[in-house]
Amino acid sequence: MLTFIGMTMVTAFRVLGRNRLRAGLTMLGIIIGVGAVIALVSIGQGAKEAVRAQVASMGTNLIIVWPGSTAVGGVRSAQGGAVTLTVADALELKKKLPLLVDTGWAKRDTMQIINGNKNWNGPVNGISPSYLTIRDWSFTGGGPISQADLESAARVAVIGQTIVENLYEAGEEPVGSTIRIKNVPFRVVGVLSPKGQSAQGSDQDDVIFIPFTTAERKLLGTPFLGIVGAIFGSTSRLDDLPEAVDGIREVLRARHRLQPDQADDFTIRTQVDIGKVQEGASETLTVMMFAIASISLLVGGIGIMNILLVSVTERTREIGVRMAVGAKRRHILMQFLIEAMTLGLLGGLLGIVFGIAGARLMTVVAGWPTIIAPSSIVVASVFSLVVGLFFGLYPANKAARLNPIDALRYE
Amino acid sequence: MPLIVCQDLWKVYRLGDVEVQALRGVSLSIEQGEFMALMGTSGSGKSTLMNLLGCLDTPMKGHYWLDGRDVASASQDELADIRNRQIGFVFQSFNLIPRTSSMENVQLPLFYRGLSIREQRARAADALDRVGLVGRDQHFPSQLSGGQQQRVAIARALVTNPAILLADEPTGNLDTESSREIMAILADLNRRDGLTILVVTHDSDVAAYTSRELLMKDGQLVGDRHRMPTGVATP
Repeated sequence: MLTFIGMTMVTAFRVLGRNRLRAGLTMLGIIIGVGAVIALVSIGQGAKEAVRAQVASMGTNLIIVWPGSTAVGGVRSAQGGAVTLTVADALELKKKLPLLVDTGWAKRDTMQIINGNKNWNGPVNGISPSYLTIRDWSFTGGGPISQADLESAARVAVIGQTIVENLYEAGEEPVGSTIRIKNVPFRVVGVLSPKGQSAQGSDQDDVIFIPFTTAERKLLGTPFLGIVGAIFGSTSRLDDLPEAVDGIREVLRARHRLQPDQADDFTIRTQVDIGKVQEGASETLTVMMFAIASISLLVGGIGIMNILLVSVTERTREIGVRMAVGAKRRHILMQFLIEAMTLGLLGGLLGIVFGIAGARLMTVVAGWPTIIAPSSIVVASVFSLVVGLFFGLYPANKAARLNPIDALRYE
Repeated sequence: MPLIVCQDLWKVYRLGDVEVQALRGVSLSIEQGEFMALMGTSGSGKSTLMNLLGCLDTPMKGHYWLDGRDVASASQDELADIRNRQIGFVFQSFNLIPRTSSMENVQLPLFYRGLSIREQRARAADALDRVGLVGRDQHFPSQLSGGQQQRVAIARALVTNPAILLADEPTGNLDTESSREIMAILADLNRRDGLTILVVTHDSDVAAYTSRELLMKDGQLVGDRHRMPTGVATP
């Protein structure tokens, strides 16, 4: 049996090799289909991985609460448009919800920053020290803002990589230097390690952190002290996020004295929510990709069937001879099925090669991240084999049902 | 017991509305080692008889014992097996598989029998040797003359050591010289190896090589005479 399959495969390759152009054109449908899928899957995987990395770079099990979504006479203000969240809210959350391992708060504004003869316009964030822990920031030099800095409203700053690049000469040590924010001198105590783009595409490294108290007293000039731009929290486990969100909502509604019929005057988002938006987009892409793949595999399969029907007609006498010397129906059936599967598989493998090349090209030319998933290669191979088998069944069956006498006499 | 016994074979074809009675009660008995010519005009039923003898087809009525076994009611797969083991075919138009070497063409029946490639090659080389075709085993049919192609076809028929070799107009596509060579090979196989051979022909020169002449007309066997072969004398 193995000898039979082996020799039939040799015959199949020889038949295909005899008519390379025809075999190539027949396989084109499968090649294009599989190639497109492999390329799109690797682009999709690359995008997904990039998003996952971005979402992960936000911090661990992060919850963000923004003031806003207040409806005044039916008109909703923008997120952050209301001044309803305070430091006291954050402290209350920390006290009432043991589920939150950390709570922090922040407030931001874009300001002029000067170092020597260089200047930069960057977002200055007044934060509580725990903020850096929640967001999972680490340092390449120096250290974080301390609780003492917060209490004394110290003029210290922690700066991101983009700031370093724009305010310092290469080789200049930022830690210990003095920069001026809105003309107020700050001592740089730490440099953050880079995080790259956020899920929304903004540069997360273009950032300066100073103690919250320093920000509101010395830079921002707030009308009421203790108003924050956002409250941040984190849980130790991802599964705790929904419960923590419910807890935060309950505590804040109580503190803000909201009636049951009133909407929240704040918005809670978790890392999971933010990831979901991106995943939704990639799911749409996946569905479309499978539609394209199915159509081109169908077209490719019909191409294989068509050419095999031609082949069966052309080789009618050969089939007759084979039957005359003792080939059984299943031998003839197997021969054409193996030819069909060879066409399918070969097309699939070529498609995989082209797909990988296409994905690489996208990475090189357009700079899109791509990941070649081994599973997609296996699935593509199996699918092209199955397509060959399925669309080869009818022609192969037609060949096997030939009457040896008629086949031998066929002109 | 004779190698082949046919008893009252009937075969009727339907061509559109017309019923063609191709065989109308043919009875025949063939001994091991006979060399026969089956003659008759076209439409006399000789091709139909050969198809039945070659197990390519089954009769509508009657019995056909091949080597003691009634094959008239065998299934398609059983017929394929019988063709593979007991029958060797040689056709007018050679019917070699194109773009496939002589060696592989000769191997084909053994391939369907499931022998190992080593054994297939050994037996195919031996068969090619028996028809006097040496050093041509890697040639494609298109690289061989008509006579050489027919020799490959005979080797393919021989390779399974069949009970009977059926040759349908084996010289019909060949020139006189090649025809003589092919018939000499067949006569030699019959005389030296005792191979039973039936040649379908309408050429009396071909029939002259044989020792028994069967004549068909209108689906019936109308002549059956034994005689001394005369064609063999030609070297």
